[in-house]
Amino acid sequence: MTADSHALQVPHTEHEGADGHGDGGINTAFLGMLLFIGSEVMFFAGLFAAYFNARAEALPNWPPEGLEHVIDPFPSGPIPFLPIIATTLLVISSGTMQLALWRIRKGDRTGMNRALAMTLILGSVFLGMQAFDYIALLDHDGFGINSGIYGTLFYTMTGFHGAHVFGGVVGIAVVLLRGAAGQFSARHHVAVEAVSAYWHFVDVVWIFLFLTLYFLK
Amino acid sequence: MATTSLAPRAATYPGRRAWLYEWLTTTDHKKIGVMYVTTAFLFFMLGGVFALFIRTELAVPGVQFIDPETYNQLFTIHGTTMIFLFVMPMMSGLQNYIVPLQIGAADMAFPRINALSFWMVPLGGILLFSGYLVGGAANAGWTGYAPLSTQGGSGLDLWIASLVLLGFSSVLTAINFLATIFKMRAPGLTLLRMPLFVWNTIVTAVLLLFAVPVLSAGLMMLFIDRNYGGGFFDPALGGNPILWQHVFWFFGHPEVYILILPAFGIVSEILPVFSRKPLFGYKAFVLATASIGALGFSVWAHHMFTTGAVFLPFFSFFTFLIAVPTGIKFFNWLATMWRGKLRFSTPMLFALGFISLFLIGGLDGAFLAVVPFDFHVQDTYWVVSHLHYVLVAGSVFGIFAGLYYWFPKMSGRLLDERWGKIHWVLLFVGTNLAFFPQHLLGLDGMIRRIVDYAPNPGWAELNFLSTIGAFMIAVSTLPFLWNVFVTLRKPQDAGDDPWDGNTLEWATTSPPPPYNFESLPPIRSERPLFDLKHGAVMDHAAALPAGAGETHDETRADPPEESLGEPLEGHDAGEARGEATPEVSEAAPDAVTHDERPAKETKE
Repeated sequence: MTADSHALQVPHTEHEGADGHGDGGINTAFLGMLLFIGSEVMFFAGLFAAYFNARAEALPNWPPEGLEHVIDPFPSGPIPFLPIIATTLLVISSGTMQLALWRIRKGDRTGMNRALAMTLILGSVFLGMQAFDYIALLDHDGFGINSGIYGTLFYTMTGFHGAHVFGGVVGIAVVLLRGAAGQFSARHHVAVEAVSAYWHFVDVVWIFLFLTLYFLK
Repeated sequence: MATTSLAPRAATYPGRRAWLYEWLTTTDHKKIGVMYVTTAFLFFMLGGVFALFIRTELAVPGVQFIDPETYNQLFTIHGTTMIFLFVMPMMSGLQNYIVPLQIGAADMAFPRINALSFWMVPLGGILLFSGYLVGGAANAGWTGYAPLSTQGGSGLDLWIASLVLLGFSSVLTAINFLATIFKMRAPGLTLLRMPLFVWNTIVTAVLLLFAVPVLSAGLMMLFIDRNYGGGFFDPALGGNPILWQHVFWFFGHPEVYILILPAFGIVSEILPVFSRKPLFGYKAFVLATASIGALGFSVWAHHMFTTGAVFLPFFSFFTFLIAVPTGIKFFNWLATMWRGKLRFSTPMLFALGFISLFLIGGLDGAFLAVVPFDFHVQDTYWVVSHLHYVLVAGSVFGIFAGLYYWFPKMSGRLLDERWGKIHWVLLFVGTNLAFFPQHLLGLDGMIRRIVDYAPNPGWAELNFLSTIGAFMIAVSTLPFLWNVFVTLRKPQDAGDDPWDGNTLEWATTSPPPPYNFESLPPIRSERPLFDLKHGAVMDHAAALPAGAGETHDETRADPPEESLGEPLEGHDAGEARGEATPEVSEAAPDAVTHDERPAKETKE
């Protein structure tokens, strides 16, 4: 809102940015998104702190006895390598999201919409795979959120991440609908920038989660 | 957004409905600020009634009329209400109203998110109190220590939901303030010319942004433990109850600065105005505020000395370290008043009350940083006394100072000085009477959060004094309410600038129009309005950024040709731009006059 009016101001000079007079420098809405992501980082930091606290208390019995192989990046279930595949798809979706941003920065609306649709599909498939993984773990291994601290941590951390992926998917859907309505241009697409930053954040969190939960253990 | 009341649709509803519709749907930061303040004050009175129940029960030894379970709920809801539903929304309200005015903006950066943040507060309050409808409210203390909090009825689940909601509201508010302050300042208002209240708002917002999500994470863990068989805080499942304390206090210690820093800001606004002097050591004050914020994240485990699970020397040392920036602030305040032309109006009295009583709260807090002493008084009334000296003598005095100071801006009417002074005397005496005896009780070993206490020699008397003090605090609210009630029925005759203020909020009308400013004075120091009224004088040059003071002797009519610590070429570029767009002040009514730059806060 305010951001748009800033864009109409006189040309930006370095002097203005240094003064922080409001025109020039970072877009206000985008700044808001970055600050929000900062707070989200702290939310996940709290969860990671809980994980490493529990792990430090339990070592060397971590993962706890009987659960050493439940969380496996290369499971031999109905879909082999499910976590690896899901992770790969999410990383690729970060790429397609960035592609959407690059397209609209050049003014290519169709290209942006295509890349957004791709991202939307990849994000949704990730969520589907996560649900599938949950069901497999629950049914096959009897591993649930109440299976001791290990299960609690696994489901809480991946669950809250999944919720954030869902939030991102909704955001991408909104941006895609707005993009399909032709609301973005090379100059005005702060919503795409913001959703993109959020989506990259969600992706980076997953990489840390994946490495921690599946490999470091 | 800021001009909602000028929107055509508002006029389509006649009379009372239009008025109500206007307030329910407003995105104007001033209306939202007033709603915050009003809501918070209602919760202040509600939490106060709970405190009276507690103090009445404790007036004499023995269990009189409250059973232990009810008592547990009382102090839990009292603490949670006062912190999350009174002080935080009250500070948000004052910041909402004042910060955009002080930086010369037309509204917040995200007005609709601002409205959302506000409406979450009453909803959070309803959630918290609805515990009483489902068989008992939360009863684990405002700190909700596990494993106590992993048991108990659904009142605790509602407590969790309420805090998550209020936390989300705070995070959104923090984002809003940071974006507003960093992006929407008036031309010429550099970071080191911002009023101290704005600086304290920035630091508070950063603390909220990084501390509150950690509490949310902890609350989610608690909810999972309580409802889905999680094991975060259950040793039998591999968890650790101490983890809750870590997570809670990682939020909880920054939280106490979140509660007190805005009060620091209010006092730092009032002292210069009522001493007729600039704030002493502006830059040192800003640095002290920022370092309090930073250090606030390194001391959380000083609440956990007796757990035996924390590294005592580290947390003790850093806790002492916080006394340094706080001490700097105290000396700044004292030096500001030194040889000033003091006026003892009600805002000034509350600011002085804040300084004198918060000193006690700060000092008895420093006692607690001494590890052996902390072991001795852990969970005693010493802690109760300390936190009430910080929160009542600190935050509440700061809040009332701010309310008396800014009431004429918000309503156009000055509160009555006589009633104000009666209020101040009652609150000052009541606070000391209520909380000072608790120091002695704590040293003597009286444990907090218990409905009864032993009839040890002296305890009954000290407790009785404390109860009298609590009732005095309650009674002190009555002259204030009466004052507000009477004043609001008077004509709006306060004028734009009743206190001879320094900062931009006094440059507009009282109350300000929906778009805040017709025009802004030139901003050449942290006291733009003072410069405008009295001409620039030399004695506040020291408070300016380095190099800015020497050439700061022009009157306001002079063209701004000298360097104000900025690169000259950039300055010229700014002037050239201003000349290139002379019509801009016609296009936007809040355009800057007397300045070389066009307005940036184009009204929407």
